[in-house]
Amino acid sequence: MKTLEYDVAVIGAGAAGLATAKVTSAAGYRTLVIDREDFSGGVLLQCIHNGFGLHHFKQELTGPEYAGKLESEARESGADFQLSTTVIDLKPQPDGRKLLIALSPSEGVFQIYARSVMLAMGCRERNRGNIGIPGTRPAGVYTAGLAQRLINMSGLLPGKSAVIVGSGDIGLIMARRLSWSGIPVKAVVEIRPFPSGLNRNIVQCLNDFDIPLYLSHTVSRINGADRVESVEISPLVNGVPDETAAFTIECDTVLLSVGLIPENELSKKCGVAINATTGGPLTDAWRMTGVDGVFAGGNVLHVHDLADFASDEAALAGMRICDYLAGRRPGREDAVTTGANLRYVTPNRYIPGEDIQFFMRSMVVDDNAVLLAELNGVEIMRKKLRNVAPPEMISVNIDGKLTQSGGELRFSLLTGGDK
Amino acid sequence: MKRKLICIACPVGCHLTAEAVEGGNIEVEGNRCPRGKAYAVNELTDPKRMVTGVVRCDSPAVPFLPVRTSEAITMKLIAPLLAELRKVEIHCPVAAGDVLIRDFRKSGVDVVASRAVGK
Ligand SMILES: Cc1cc2nc3c(=O)[nH]c(=O)nc-3n(C[C@H](O)[C@H](O)[C@H](O)COP(=O)(O)OP(=O)(O)OC[C@H]3O[C@@H](n4cnc5c(N)ncnc54)[C@H](O)[C@@H]3O)c2cc1C
Ligand code: SF4
Repeated sequence: MKTLEYDVAVIGAGAAGLATAKVTSAAGYRTLVIDREDFSGGVLLQCIHNGFGLHHFKQELTGPEYAGKLESEARESGADFQLSTTVIDLKPQPDGRKLLIALSPSEGVFQIYARSVMLAMGCRERNRGNIGIPGTRPAGVYTAGLAQRLINMSGLLPGKSAVIVGSGDIGLIMARRLSWSGIPVKAVVEIRPFPSGLNRNIVQCLNDFDIPLYLSHTVSRINGADRVESVEISPLVNGVPDETAAFTIECDTVLLSVGLIPENELSKKCGVAINATTGGPLTDAWRMTGVDGVFAGGNVLHVHDLADFASDEAALAGMRICDYLAGRRPGREDAVTTGANLRYVTPNRYIPGEDIQFFMRSMVVDDNAVLLAELNGVEIMRKKLRNVAPPEMISVNIDGKLTQSGGELRFSLLTGGDK
Repeated sequence: MKRKLICIACPVGCHLTAEAVEGGNIEVEGNRCPRGKAYAVNELTDPKRMVTGVVRCDSPAVPFLPVRTSEAITMKLIAPLLAELRKVEIHCPVAAGDVLIRDFRKSGVDVVASRAVGK
């Protein structure tokens, strides 16, 4: 059996994996990037719209352009690529190395020994089963990302007229893509009282095409025998669909844009513990999982709405992989906890006295909130945040000088009267 | 008359109000940077949008090539541009940034490839 040996094995060649590979290979560590697809880029390749790269490259790019730049950087730094290859198993070895079992059509099963591993497998979409829409089971119900891939990569149109469930950016972008492809979008239905996507996407993806957005509404039934014929939409009253006020819209296609789930089957196989809130691995301050030498970043760690943040986070993990390979370890680490109005914070630990970047998600909508950081109950930082909302990730840097004394670091979000 | 707008020039999405005042000028409030003012003026006179799409490509591995406009194009030309994109077929190799359609209907806007495809 073919056997490869590397310092770093990166599983997944998306916005995250490519950014890690650039960092570790530029530092001189032999790095292999593995992806099951024939091209690197991950989900970016199907995101043909612009809006990428403003943070990471200070330039507005389309998804494929962003992926192309990241790939060139990783290749120029010396990373090797093994594409069309699926990692099917990951096993820590007694000598500390990790054994990856990989499968490719041209080489069959082969193995890779790596001193460290970067988990960068991204996420998959929640589907109808995950949200339980009642009704018949006709053809014509797609996840938004699948429809995006069909239209943008295979040139296939999913239907003739559509209703989109969920107002996240993926759903909104698809409303425009369908409209531009000659498929009228009859409605976007959002269960929450506010849209999940960016304002700019409401304007250029819905308003430009006069697509109605039904907030606090839900699809209460999908009708149709072989193919979708219509959907029934009901307003939510106190969180419960009011079917007496339901109305029906005819369409042959339903796109679901109802959230993403980190893809951690492989992580679990090798013993990585998962955070129940994020669906991603629990990590220390270095973004190392509970398994020594196995790191994580990007959508596999927690769902990112901005590819740029996925890359930034994965590049940080890459720097720590270099530290790890040089024999350093995090040392003393203290706990990071979430207080009021925050759903989660990652990473889950920090090193007293060291600068660190955190990513977190709000549970509330507020156009004038304050993020508070406390160490053992004493305020160490306060930051004004405009426009916080659950769909928009908050990123914050904490200066090491503020945390020298150590202890529990707690983040909370003050809104309205609490300020 | 005051018009309420949301700036789409970057993901911040500032809420703007724009009003045509005497002398043909347009007054803009709520923008956090000059691009916001330019956006509002355009929105009231000749709204423009970036267009992205795919065109046929003769590579078996990449049958559809992603493309974008070189800059935002007047909304009046979007429908004709989309119709044109359906007719185009590209011969590879192609590099990201290659101009595929130059100065579409004298708009000053090009259509460029947004992905590289080998032979
Ligand atoms: C449909 C969709 C639309 C989006 N639109 C936008 C947008 O408009 N703007 C924006 O900024 N962000 C957008 N995002 C978010 C952003 O694109 C992502 O956060 C980011 O690209 C994720 O990068 P990643 O590397 O973590 O994951 P991915 O890009 O998903 O990469 C993971 C890679 O791992 C590979 N892989 C997984 N398991 C294995 C295995 N076992 N063996 C080998 N390979 C494996 C997959 O093939 C894939 O290529 C979107 C996300 C999605 C899902
Ligand atoms: S005004 Fe400036 S900061 Fe505000 S959305 Fe427009 S471009 Fe962005």
